[in-house]
Amino acid sequence: MNITIRKYYYGDIPDDNSGETANSSPEGGGREGAWPLWEVFIRSKQGLDHKHAGSLHAADARMAIENARDVYTRRNEGISIWVVESKYIHASSPDEAESFYEPAADKIYRHPTFYDLPDEVKHM
Amino acid sequence: MSMQLPDHENTFQHKIDVEIKVEPKDWMPEAYRKTLVRQISQHAHSEIVGMLPEGNWISRAPSLKRKAILIAKVQDEAGHGLYLYSACETLGTTREETINDLHSAKAKYSSIFNYPTLTWADMGAVGWLVDGAAILNQVMLCRTSYGPYARAMVRICKEESFHQRQGFDILLTLSRGTAVQKEMCQDAINRWWWPSLMMFGPKDSESTNTDQSMKWKIKRKTNDELRQQFVDMCAEQVRILNMILPDKDLKWNATTQHYDFGEIEWNEFWNVVKGNGPCNKQRLEARRKAHEEGEWVREAAAAYAEKRKTKPQTPKGALAAA
Repeated sequence: MNITIRKYYYGDIPDDNSGETANSSPEGGGREGAWPLWEVFIRSKQGLDHKHAGSLHAADARMAIENARDVYTRRNEGISIWVVESKYIHASSPDEAESFYEPAADKIYRHPTFYDLPDEVKHM
Repeated sequence: MSMQLPDHENTFQHKIDVEIKVEPKDWMPEAYRKTLVRQISQHAHSEIVGMLPEGNWISRAPSLKRKAILIAKVQDEAGHGLYLYSACETLGTTREETINDLHSAKAKYSSIFNYPTLTWADMGAVGWLVDGAAILNQVMLCRTSYGPYARAMVRICKEESFHQRQGFDILLTLSRGTAVQKEMCQDAINRWWWPSLMMFGPKDSESTNTDQSMKWKIKRKTNDELRQQFVDMCAEQVRILNMILPDKDLKWNATTQHYDFGEIEWNEFWNVVKGNGPCNKQRLEARRKAHEEGEWVREAAAAYAEKRKTKPQTPKGALAAA
């Protein structure tokens, strides 16, 4: 018998013949009734910004906050949580990143190191 | 989608080569996306199914302390599953699709969870060996090329180290106990050792595929490298337990500066992957049952959310929330 052993890492078992092809319709199938996706932002302590921690599904904002507490702050990682439905996040496009951020590239005079001052100048 | 320029692929590989992480909205080869979806979802399923062998012992833990620890550990696994499902979703799959693939047995999960947990000592062996093996893999994955996967891994690794330590602690306690407890300890190690070695997958020499995963830096170490690292670690740690690893060929090799070890029973491995392990059926049935029996909860939550839409839920706006 001719057995082909495919490379397998933990968490990476190859799909067999039945796998992979079927059922990847763009609409995902049965999306209605599913809880929406929320993005979670956590403030780790007073004085710091809220920072993106991850995402989760929840039926409403309260459930999203409670679930966020359970999954993202089990070890005192947070003292304040923001959640926002993912569909309300607007993002800059990676395809346009080059031109979009280009204007900042040639303005080195915005950085303090641009200015070459005599050593005698203190506290500046 | 519009036609992709042929050099997209080169640009992508260049990014990988210079260690720039790939983020969800960036262009990526379809095969890269597919490989990640498969790997991350299998990883997520492994976390979720992995709760079952341990959940088996929550109600029978020998003390309140052990019980609280085990609950915390199993809860962590659920969280890890969620981090990974979320990472998977950033690649354009829906959560339902991913979960359905587990329930229909189309998707795979780590074979290790198809072995039964027969005694309390198994909780120790699972923590020490199974989590130990998983951690080696996961530490490597913290540097994987796909941003959301790498970030999930960093979070998971931070939480996971207590899992391995609590396992070793269980075994250490048993190893200092009565003759029966010592026997239990050795028995659990005997049963979990070989399946743990199998977790790293086939030997590198038996791989027929060119390793695209390494080229894309999804993976950064080979199966054999990770497995050797694991053997070297455990061969030393087992002495502290005054136990032995069930391998007569295990011995230090001064030339390679590593431990040599015996041949793995690969037929057993493939048999379990194909669904014929001791607990494959039981595990999937438990997952399906939990999902079906949770249906009314999901419906109730949706109905409640609908009802609440008429009333304000939380203070509106960032300033109020801050």
